[in-house]
Amino acid sequence: MSESYGLIKTVNLNSKLESLKLSFWPGLIPLKQRWRNNGLSADFLADYVTTFFPLDDSDPRTQQRQIEIRGAVSYIANELLENAMKFHAADVAQPISMVLYLHRETVLFQETNAITNADAHRFRQYITLLQSSEPSELYIQQLESNAVSENSAGMGILTMINDYAAELAWRFDPIDDEGCLVTTQVEIKI
Amino acid sequence: MQQQLTGEGYEIEYDTAAERVVFKGALRLGGLPEYAPIVELLNTALLAHTTLTLDLSQLEFLNSSGIATLSKFVITARNRGDRTLHVIGAASIPWQGKSLKNLQRLMPTLELTFC
Repeated sequence: MSESYGLIKTVNLNSKLESLKLSFWPGLIPLKQRWRNNGLSADFLADYVTTFFPLDDSDPRTQQRQIEIRGAVSYIANELLENAMKFHAADVAQPISMVLYLHRETVLFQETNAITNADAHRFRQYITLLQSSEPSELYIQQLESNAVSENSAGMGILTMINDYAAELAWRFDPIDDEGCLVTTQVEIKI
Repeated sequence: MQQQLTGEGYEIEYDTAAERVVFKGALRLGGLPEYAPIVELLNTALLAHTTLTLDLSQLEFLNSSGIATLSKFVITARNRGDRTLHVIGAASIPWQGKSLKNLQRLMPTLELTFC
């Protein structure tokens, strides 16, 4: 049975909506070789989005807005892809996918990857901690207590919330005894 | 004397005479262990100078592992109690305006300026 933390939105693709979907089979080449693609993919998504925020030479705010949106999309897409690559359960025959939906006032990211049940358990515990904490305090606490580790997705999530005012939601869908699909949704206002 | 670390898309220069470490490019290394050589360079610089400048004004991108690395270094400097850190950012680089202020929360005496 699916389990959600926050609301994962169902997007109506029939409406006039720009969207981009990327999907990867991470087992095909080693993670080390693939890692550089996270940045390339994130920058591609960011550059793509700027087309919809054209510059107006008579209004310098348009340039600043374009720079801000590009920076936010690049950072968030990169973090989602890095976490997906780190935690993806390689034995499960599922691709990693990321969809970006561009609405008039928001950008919505939905990233899905397979994870082991053990990682899913740890991730749920972290989400529960996040939901019961003040994110800016948790950010400082984690750094001060040296709780930030290689196997933590926490800093990426906390920077998205604290620094980009992002709203996050998650859904866990069981696939078999070995693992489940986790969908991470990030929404930012633009 | 200068020490340099380079990798795909980034360059870090430690200039001992200028008491300054300059970061350039985009840093998106794959997790904290990959940042270890950078931490080592920063710790060497911290040991050598009572006032140290981190010039990030040419660092276009830093992933969250890099932000964690930088934050943990700032905590190390603060905990020594006898060091002054000056961080230079660029107002034109979006992540810096959003994330660098957190360094001052970790070390209130840290001087943060944007050029």
